[in-house]
Amino acid sequence: MDIVVCIKQVPDTTEVKIDPKTNTLVRQGVPSIVNPFDKNAIEAGLRLKEKYGGKVTVVSMGPPQANDALKECLAMGADEAVLVSDRAFGGADTLATSYTLASTIRTLGHFDVILCGKQAIDGDTAQVGPEMAEHLGITQLTYVARIDIQGDKVQVYREHEEGYEVVEAKLPVLMSVVKSINVPRYPTVKGIMKAVHKDKIRVLSAKDMEVDMDRLGLKGSATQVRQIFTPPQRGQGILIRQDSARKSVDELMAKLTDAKIV
Amino acid sequence: MEFEFNEEQRMLQKMVREFGEKEVAPGAAERDEKDYFDRDLFDRLAALGLSGTCFPEEYGGAGSDTLSYIMSVEEISKYDDGLGVTLSASVSLCSWPIYAFGTEEQKQKYLRPLAEGKKLGAFGLTEPNAGTDAASQQTVAVRDGDDYIINGSKIFITNAGEADTYVIFAMTDKSKGTRGITAFILEKGMPGFTFGKKEVKMGIHSSQTQELIFRDVRVPAANRLGDEGKGFKIAMMTLDGGRIGVAAQALGIAGAALENAVKYSKERVQFGKPISRNQGISFMLADMATELKAAQLLTYRAAWCKDHGQPYSEAAAMAKMFASDSAMKITTNAVQVLGGYGYIRDYPVERLMRDAKITQIYEGTNEVQRMVVSGALLR
Repeated sequence: MDIVVCIKQVPDTTEVKIDPKTNTLVRQGVPSIVNPFDKNAIEAGLRLKEKYGGKVTVVSMGPPQANDALKECLAMGADEAVLVSDRAFGGADTLATSYTLASTIRTLGHFDVILCGKQAIDGDTAQVGPEMAEHLGITQLTYVARIDIQGDKVQVYREHEEGYEVVEAKLPVLMSVVKSINVPRYPTVKGIMKAVHKDKIRVLSAKDMEVDMDRLGLKGSATQVRQIFTPPQRGQGILIRQDSARKSVDELMAKLTDAKIV
Repeated sequence: MEFEFNEEQRMLQKMVREFGEKEVAPGAAERDEKDYFDRDLFDRLAALGLSGTCFPEEYGGAGSDTLSYIMSVEEISKYDDGLGVTLSASVSLCSWPIYAFGTEEQKQKYLRPLAEGKKLGAFGLTEPNAGTDAASQQTVAVRDGDDYIINGSKIFITNAGEADTYVIFAMTDKSKGTRGITAFILEKGMPGFTFGKKEVKMGIHSSQTQELIFRDVRVPAANRLGDEGKGFKIAMMTLDGGRIGVAAQALGIAGAALENAVKYSKERVQFGKPISRNQGISFMLADMATELKAAQLLTYRAAWCKDHGQPYSEAAAMAKMFASDSAMKITTNAVQVLGGYGYIRDYPVERLMRDAKITQIYEGTNEVQRMVVSGALLR
């Protein structure tokens, strides 16, 4: 089985502080980690390899520093690592990121399964995985808590608040996994030694792939992050209760219009 | 001169810290309270390869170095130093002498499972009448055909009762004094080999300390470690390495104490400000941090000497002595910084202070360490 796992190096958000003066994130001195959900994805990939044979390739789009995250995944047992890095990718939103990653995977060749974590703990959008599946024209299975492969089909349990949805699909698929799917293994001492002494991690830049330059980075981004801030404490809220739904809606619309929300 | 860990060591440190925080720390207070040796926790630690860090791959190890192993003992000891000494006693005092003095058969039979983390080791030298005066061994081993018959006992043995493999010492020729002591590898379950009293200690409650009892234990000559009469030398050389492990344990204890004290001093407000703003406290913390750093450098240097094939007896003695004395001071001061709360079991510093004391005593009391250093100095 050819298994590709997409990971992201993120700041350890439990350590992140908000600068009280500017209300923005203080990133300095915050340790970087492999996005926790991505570790679940790596573990899922390793277990698939242990059960069905094959290879696990871990891919990450990021600056050169993301190599540390890739090495950690190699130390867990991944076979190969690819860093997708280029100035041209800078400033990318989820659309440009998913386009870049999808192009990378096309460049790498054959795959049976792509695994992603549910969401990144810094962006929290949960969009990149599903968008990648769309770019690649393959089935996406999200919130996966259990994976069973039978020949060329996969059956998954999708986690909902009230239970599980069991879905079957034909390979290849992209799956994004939730925390409850597994407990990621720790790298072993031998794994760490192998990861550090391995041949250089393969680096792909824009010129190594067939891409439309206009769809990369800031240029290829449909959205822009203007500001990150802690929202002010929520007030009590206003309860609108007129004696008819119509009157309640009218009052609500009046308030929304006044507040220039609509 | 490099003063930084290399990439491999930094990754290993990260892994051990994560394991420590998630798996070791949560149960540490309970293990201390209940005097509980958690074999399952050790097995999980060992399964990551931490019992074999510094042994070659051909014997089941990871092929890394002493410094990496020592650093892992320090890190684990920050969360539970009883677990730290369980690891260091097994690796430094049992696995290492088999690696250094064993035959190929002994290495494959005994070192491999220890390095792979499948078995736990122990070292039995101390007896009721042979502590610092280690040469006064009363345990005897008498040759009988292809075997030796061992009679006697050992006390204060770390990992006793739980360990699978034991490197022990016995007198084979009383007339030769220290040159009449021989080392043997014993297995738990050998007829006549039993365990006595489990000691209730001041600290390191999560580490098991028990007596070894030998009553006509028949040990094949193939289990003799090294030649007859070489046992004392083997013991002393083994202890040299073990001392670096104890120093690392002390570093972990001291590091955890300092971290707790710093954190508390920033949070505790008296007279309208955090007590860290008082120089009485901040100067104390500065002294603690400096001593810890000095102890770390001495310890890492001793490991470095061992890794580079240099004599390391004196370096190990300095490290053990300084690190343990520092740990005692740092933990005592940490309790002081926490004031009344420092004395309460809910806060980890009182356990750290109780745990620190033994590092000044075992694997050669600090008086013995001073004998080693002054001996080297005044040659």
